[in-house]
Amino acid sequence: MKNLKWKLLTIVGVIVFAAAMIYPPVDTPSRKGRISLGLDLKGGVQLVLRVKTDEALQYTSEDAAERLRLALREKNIAGPTITVSASAPTRIAVAGVPQPMDSAFRALADAQPELVAQYARNPAAGGYTFDLKPNVAQILRSQAVAQALQTVERRVNALGVSEPIVAPYGTAGDQILVQLPGVNDPDQVKRLIGTTALLELKIVEAGPAASQEALLQSTGGVAPPEMEVVSGADKTNPGSISYYLVRQVAPVTGRDLSNARASVDENNLPAVGFSMNRAGAIKFGNLTGQNIGKPMAVILDGRVETVATIQGRITDNGQIFGNFTTQDVADMSLMLRSGALPAGLTYLEERTVGPTLGADSIRAGLTASLGGLLLVAIFMLVYYKLSGTNAILSIVLNLLILLAFMSMAGAVMTLPGVAGFILTIGMGVDSNVLIFERIKEELAAGKGPRAAVAAGFDRVFWTIVDTHIASLVAAAFLFQFGTGPIRGFATTLFFGLLSNVFTAVFVSRTLFEFILSRREQPQSLSI
Amino acid sequence: MQIFSNTHYDFIKWRWHAIALSALVILAGAGMIVQRGLPLGIDFSGGTIVVFKFQNAVGEDAVRKAIAGVPGEKAVQQYGKLEEHSVLVRLPQPPGIEEGFSLEKDAKALNDAVKAANLGPFQEISREVVGPAIGKDLQRKGLWATLLSILGITAYIALRFRLTFAIGAIAATFHDILVTLAFLVFFGYDLSLNVIAALLTITGYSVNDTIVIFDRVRENMHTMRRDDLEKVVNHSINQTLGRTLITAGTTFLSVLALYLFGGEVLEGFAFTMLVGIISGTYSTIFIAAAVAILMSKRAAGPPAGAAAVAAQAARTGRPPAGKKTATGKVSAR
Repeated sequence: MKNLKWKLLTIVGVIVFAAAMIYPPVDTPSRKGRISLGLDLKGGVQLVLRVKTDEALQYTSEDAAERLRLALREKNIAGPTITVSASAPTRIAVAGVPQPMDSAFRALADAQPELVAQYARNPAAGGYTFDLKPNVAQILRSQAVAQALQTVERRVNALGVSEPIVAPYGTAGDQILVQLPGVNDPDQVKRLIGTTALLELKIVEAGPAASQEALLQSTGGVAPPEMEVVSGADKTNPGSISYYLVRQVAPVTGRDLSNARASVDENNLPAVGFSMNRAGAIKFGNLTGQNIGKPMAVILDGRVETVATIQGRITDNGQIFGNFTTQDVADMSLMLRSGALPAGLTYLEERTVGPTLGADSIRAGLTASLGGLLLVAIFMLVYYKLSGTNAILSIVLNLLILLAFMSMAGAVMTLPGVAGFILTIGMGVDSNVLIFERIKEELAAGKGPRAAVAAGFDRVFWTIVDTHIASLVAAAFLFQFGTGPIRGFATTLFFGLLSNVFTAVFVSRTLFEFILSRREQPQSLSI
Repeated sequence: MQIFSNTHYDFIKWRWHAIALSALVILAGAGMIVQRGLPLGIDFSGGTIVVFKFQNAVGEDAVRKAIAGVPGEKAVQQYGKLEEHSVLVRLPQPPGIEEGFSLEKDAKALNDAVKAANLGPFQEISREVVGPAIGKDLQRKGLWATLLSILGITAYIALRFRLTFAIGAIAATFHDILVTLAFLVFFGYDLSLNVIAALLTITGYSVNDTIVIFDRVRENMHTMRRDDLEKVVNHSINQTLGRTLITAGTTFLSVLALYLFGGEVLEGFAFTMLVGIISGTYSTIFIAAAVAILMSKRAAGPPAGAAAVAAQAARTGRPPAGKKTATGKVSAR
C-alpha cells in the first residue's frame, strides 16, 4: 500500500514538473513561450549556403606568392614570374628562374616561413611549383567555413531578426544553414549575407581612363607585373565607368577596421565612415604619409567605390562616399562592421514560408492531433470500457511529458514534429492495447483481476521494451541523417517513445493497482 | 467487448498466396518506376516550387496559361482546398545551374509571369528552391539512413531472438517499403523528405508489429514443445490477432486524421503512413513469420526439417541423440 502511495506521488510529481517545464507554452506578453516553433510553422526564410573554400585557399596562395615576390625584389633577383591561378588555387607556380640564380632562389624560398611550413616544393625545368600540403589545405578550408559562419552570424544578428539560426550543415563540411523566422523578403537578406565585403585601400598608379585599352596603352595593352585593373562608376559622369591601375596587393584592408558607420560627406550626402584599429592605423598612416598628393581608391569587392586625393597623413579615420542611398550606406557599414567573408558564398537552397501558410499549418496540425486523440479516445472507451480511461490518461500524460522533454532539450516544433506527436498517440495506444489484451487473456484463463493485471504487465514488459528499442533505433538514424524538418520528426518520435515506456508500463499499471486497491476483494475488472 | 478472440485461422497455409499477391503489387510498382523513373521530389532532384495564393478564384488553367512563357516542364496543381485559391507550380532544375543567385531565376520568372497576367492580387505564400548539390547529398543520406536503420533493427532482433527471425522481420520491412513505394507511384506522389521520413517510420512500425508476434512465438515455444514451429507460429499469430488489428486500426485512425486535417504539406506523409500501416499489418500476419519459418527449415536442412524430426521424437518420447536442448528451440534453428 505504501508502495502504491509512492508510485502515485511519483506520477503527480512528474505531471507537475512537466507542466512547469512547458508553462507558458506560447509567447505571452511577459514571458517567452517554452515551445519554439520551426520555420514551417512560424514562417520565414531558410537558406543553405556553401562557402567557396577554394577562394580562401587561393587568397592564402596569393599571399604567400606576394611575400616571395617582395623577398625576391629585396635580394634583387630578377626574372622569375610567380603566378597563382584560380583553377589551381593551392599551387604557386614559379617559372623562369635563371640558372645562375637557382641556388639563391632556393635559399630564399627556404627562408620563407609559409612556403616551408605549408607547401611542398616540386622542382621543374626552369622553375618550381609549391603545392599547399593537403592537411594544411584541409585546415584552411575548415577555418574559412568557421570564419564565414561567424561573419554570417554577426550580419544576421545585426539585421535584428529574432531567434535566427546560423549553423554548420550537411556532411560536406562547407555548408551553412541560415534560418530567419519572420523574414518574408529573402532578397535583401541574401544580398547582405552573401556579399564578401572585402574592403581594400590602394594607391591609384594610373587612371582614371574611360576604357581598359586607354589605360593600358602605355604598357602595350597588358597590366604591368603585380598590377591589376579595377573599375568603378564614374562619379562625375553618371552612367559611365572609369578604369584605374592599382597594385594587386592591398596595403590596408577591411581587416584593419575597428568600426564602420553611416555618416554624411561634406555635401551632406550619405557616406560610410570607418575607423582603423591599432595595427590598421599604423599601416594607414604609412600609406597616406608616403603618398601625399596621390589619389587613393577605396575598393569594395573589387569595385572602386571612391577615389580621393590624399591631402595629408591620416591614421585613424576615413570615409567612403559616392552616389549612395541611405539604405546602401546602412547595408555597407553593417557588412564592413561584421567583417569580410574569408571566401565567397553561394546558395544551394532557399525555402520561404509565408506567415499565412505557417498559421494554416499550425491550425491543421492542431486539428489533426486533437481529431486523432478524440477518435482514439472514443474507441478505447467503447472497447475497453472503464479501463479505457487508464489508457487515455496515460496517453495524455505521454504527450505532456513529450512536450516537457522538447522544451528542456530546446527542440523545435516542426510540422513533421506534429506528425511525430500523432504517431506517439498511436504508439501509446499500441502499448496499452498490448497490455489490455494480455490482461483479458489472463482473465479468460481464470485468473482473478489482481493476478491478471500483474501477469499482463509482467508478460508484456519485455515485448514493449523490444518494440520500443527497435523503433528508437530507427528514430536515432533518422535524427543522425535527417535534416531540418526530419530532425524535428525524429526528435519527437524519440522522446515520445521514451516517455511512452514510462506511461504505458508504470503509469497505467499504477492506475490499475490504485483502482483495484479501492476494493476489498475485486471479482471483476471493467476491461 | 472482444473481437477476434480465440480465432483459429490458418495463416501459414495462405503464405504462398500472400507472397504472390505482394510480389504482384511490388512488380507492378517496379514496372512503373522502370517506365517513368523514380518520382523524386525537388528535395532530391533539385528544382523550384512556388505556391501562389490569389484573392479571387483563379483556376489552375489560368495560371498554366499565365506561365506558358516560362521555359521548362512545369507542373501546375491546386494547393489545398478549392476555396483557398492557391495554386502550386513545380519546375525541375534546369541543367547546368548548380548554385548561386541563378538558382532562383525560375521562381522569379514565375512570379513575374503571374504578375504580368493580371490575375488579381496574389501572394507568394511559399517558395522552395533546391539546388542539385543538396539533392544529391540528400539522396545519399536518405538511402544510408534507411539501410542503416534496417541493419540496426536486424542486429537487435538477431540479438534478442535469433537470426532466422531477424531475416523474417527484415523481409517484412523490405516488403512494406516496396509496397508503399509502389502505391506512391500508383497514386502519383513524389518522394519528398517527408515521405522518406514516413517510410522510415513504417520500418519501425512494421518491425514493432513483428516483434510482438515473435515474442509470443518465443513464449509459446516453451509451452507448446510438442508442436512444430508452423503450428506454434500460427497459434501465436491468432493469439495476438486482436491486438494487431486494434493497434493497426487506432494508429490508422490517428493518421487518417492527419491525412484529412493535416493540410497540404503533410498529405504525402500521411498517405505514405496510411499505406504503410496496412502493408505493415498484412506483412506482420502473412510475411514475417512465413519467411522466418522458411529460413528455419532451410537452416535445419531438407527434406524433413528438424521441426518434423523433433516433433516425431517428442511423440515417440525418445529425443534424437545429441540434441539435448528443448525441441522447440531445435526446430527453429
